[in-house]
Amino acid sequence: MRSRLSTLFDALLPVLATLAALAVGAVMLLLLKVNPVEAYGALWKGAFGSTNAFAETLVKATPLLLVALGICISFRGDVINIGGEGQMIIGAIMATWIGLIFTDAPGWLVITLALLAGFLGGAIWGGIPGVLKAYFNVNEILSTVMMNAIAVQLMNFLLRGPMIDPSQAELASKIPQTARLIDEFHLARLAPTRLHLGALIAVILAVLVYILLWRTTLGYRIRAVGQNPSASRYAGIKVPRYMVLALLLSGAFAGLAGAVQVYGVNYRMITDGSASGFTGSAGFNGIVAALFGQLHPLWSIPASILFGALLVGANSMQRVVQVPSALITVLNGLVVVFVVSSEIWRVRRQRRRLAAAKEDEAPPTPDQAKVQTEEAGQ
Amino acid sequence: MDGAMTESTKLPSGQTRINSLEMRGITKRFPGVLASDHVNFDVKSGEVHALLGENGAGKSTLMKILYGLYHPDEGEILLDGKPVTISSPTDSIDLGIGMIHQHFMLVPTLTVAENVALGLPSSRGVLTDLDRVSKRIIELADIYGLKIDPDAYVWQLSVGQQQRVEIIKALYRGAALLILDEPTAVLTPQEVDELFVIMNQMVKDGHALIFISHKLHEVVEISHRVTVLRDGRTIGTRLTSETTKQDLANWMVGREVGFAPNRGQSTLGEVRLSLNEVHCGSDRGTPGLRGVSFDVCSGEILGIAGVSGNGQRELAESITGLRKVTSGRVFLEGQDITNLAPGEITDRMLSYIPEERMRDGMIKDFTIAENMILREHHKQPYSKNGFLNLRGIANHADELIESFRVKTPSRETLAKNLSGGNIQKVVLAREISRNPRVILAAQPTRGLDIGATEYVRQQLIEQRNKGTAVMLVSEDLDEILALSDRIAVVYEGQIMDIVPRENATPEKLGLLMAGVHPEEGAPVVQ
Repeated sequence: MRSRLSTLFDALLPVLATLAALAVGAVMLLLLKVNPVEAYGALWKGAFGSTNAFAETLVKATPLLLVALGICISFRGDVINIGGEGQMIIGAIMATWIGLIFTDAPGWLVITLALLAGFLGGAIWGGIPGVLKAYFNVNEILSTVMMNAIAVQLMNFLLRGPMIDPSQAELASKIPQTARLIDEFHLARLAPTRLHLGALIAVILAVLVYILLWRTTLGYRIRAVGQNPSASRYAGIKVPRYMVLALLLSGAFAGLAGAVQVYGVNYRMITDGSASGFTGSAGFNGIVAALFGQLHPLWSIPASILFGALLVGANSMQRVVQVPSALITVLNGLVVVFVVSSEIWRVRRQRRRLAAAKEDEAPPTPDQAKVQTEEAGQ
Repeated sequence: MDGAMTESTKLPSGQTRINSLEMRGITKRFPGVLASDHVNFDVKSGEVHALLGENGAGKSTLMKILYGLYHPDEGEILLDGKPVTISSPTDSIDLGIGMIHQHFMLVPTLTVAENVALGLPSSRGVLTDLDRVSKRIIELADIYGLKIDPDAYVWQLSVGQQQRVEIIKALYRGAALLILDEPTAVLTPQEVDELFVIMNQMVKDGHALIFISHKLHEVVEISHRVTVLRDGRTIGTRLTSETTKQDLANWMVGREVGFAPNRGQSTLGEVRLSLNEVHCGSDRGTPGLRGVSFDVCSGEILGIAGVSGNGQRELAESITGLRKVTSGRVFLEGQDITNLAPGEITDRMLSYIPEERMRDGMIKDFTIAENMILREHHKQPYSKNGFLNLRGIANHADELIESFRVKTPSRETLAKNLSGGNIQKVVLAREISRNPRVILAAQPTRGLDIGATEYVRQQLIEQRNKGTAVMLVSEDLDEILALSDRIAVVYEGQIMDIVPRENATPEKLGLLMAGVHPEEGAPVVQ
């Protein structure tokens, strides 16, 4: 009984952590002399208050979910991918390029090719740090972050030069953007809102990633390598290969997120010089969504919707109660901090429970005790 | 006369001598086990007293009591005839006792002087006094002939040099009595010689040294007296000059050979595994194997006996493809498998029960069912076309849980929630159920209780009787003697001898394990 309550508590922990974060946020709102009830009311209404509002939430959730799926794969393989931003950008560039050169081809073909190109672009951008880690022992956290910086500059260069919108090239303003994709190439709308096919693709892929991780030998190996590279090596698994694959697949999903952003929302690439100007920081927020979803592809769906709602709702909160936009960032940050620390707390609780359960077992036989003392004595 | 007396109570380092230290009737109990049972031990100024015994004989426990890491339940410690209480390493250091641990307690990124000064108050209060420390280190190094640069970083030093830093550290803290816990275990033979020169110098200067080892030839070479411990009891203390290696081996492994499983019938078949002059390196960069050759046949158990760290790990790893063979060949059923990838060797039906089962044999956060297919997950019926067959995996797991009597709530239980014995059963089940041609079992019963040990041994014998070639690596001489058809003794990366079961006695093996050929009676010259 006690253990069942504990399990329920563990499952609800992310939600409780979110509520706690919102409570701290409420204190800040009070300090800004804003009524928190009114502010959170505006947040809720902005995220879920109408069909349009909810569709906006899902539109924001889509790239988060795609990135999160990749994160589920890489983190399960014990490689840390902080390069989602750069992988999204490269994926978007490759996809956009397809849409700009094949203007005469049928829409379904170009969209398919573009999404595959996005997938491939992200795979390359994730695969490079993967190879560096697996075969040259380069820390993947550093290399993926640095690959982000390279991707941004590549985007800025391409959008100001080779890929610039021809009409902008003639103007003095020279806005760094590509030409707009023709209407046939836009991802279909799912309702009379901005919600597009990308959301459905992301959900289908969530199921496929679940199958990949727990129903295929590839997923089995990625998880085995992530949990215990030494035992995997002993069992004959080529550990470096699966490290590379984990990071490569992770990048591929982020690249797809970038492609979907272009074909479903923006219909062109445009840069303000920063990565987040294009990605909306989905490459980072997707990590949080995946962790929030316990690195499980299916749980990442509600987690992504939650963070999508926070992003959309926070905008409307800002408009309604006139709080500085920095507070929105703070609120997002609070949720992340609370959720991540609650996760650490959960793991510790679990460990304590396990230790307690072991002590309840019968006392060790003399032989076991002898071994333990000998081990302690070494 | 008086002057000479005062002079002689001082060591060259300036520290007062410890003329004698005596441990009387020391008893230490751990839950369910008597680690030290009324042990008597003493050491005098100017001698090396060796403490000899097998793993688990209680050597480390006794020395940890002396160093203040454990507290005895009974018994007393007398220093120069006066009873003392040692409740922490600080106390023992204040009394002039130093300990050189088997695993060095040094910070690699700091210099020698910084390591020596670490944890000591500075003579300049809040400012460091590393220049004074360095000066003192050079003084001490001169007195004892320890060549060491106080400004060198520890990571730059060889293992032997690091050990000298440990000795300097102890001397700097005023040690008159030094405990050396298996100091030669990590050293090359040349480094051992250098250590012995230093030890002899220290003894001549009036230090008292306790030398812990299970290598007989080293004990005979360096010590003045020797005390043998077995199962937590003192077997006896002798002058080294009045004893022989044969006596010491008898004392050390002299226990009755215990439980012998029914070995049943087996027919010797063709050669399955063959090593030809195999050489490989070790993790320390020293040679791991130095020309090892032997065959293992269908229907036999070849036991590999030896003291820990003599190349057993390297041997298992070079056969399984986990360690690069630098020269020589390994053959599996006549085919050359030298330096093939571990997966390819696995697929040729070589099974391996690794020594570190929790680290290398098992994925703690995988379920039992998932762990059961670690080697075979890419084959039918566990998967097809890249997709796992959950039903096949479940059936396999249930079958093995039943036939190998694994105690678990279900096949979905995470491996980390099982006891050590049950984890080993899972590994054993996985490795045996694939019907391998060769099984390589490394320390398969270490840490297991009596029941699980018996079960594992019986399973290995059944495999032999079914015609599998079994190679058993074990440091447990009883186990080797109970199971093996032939026994190869490994010493410092070489096979000393391969003894047929009928001719194997603990005494003979004990000598071989210590690097001595019984008929020659002298250590092998390297």
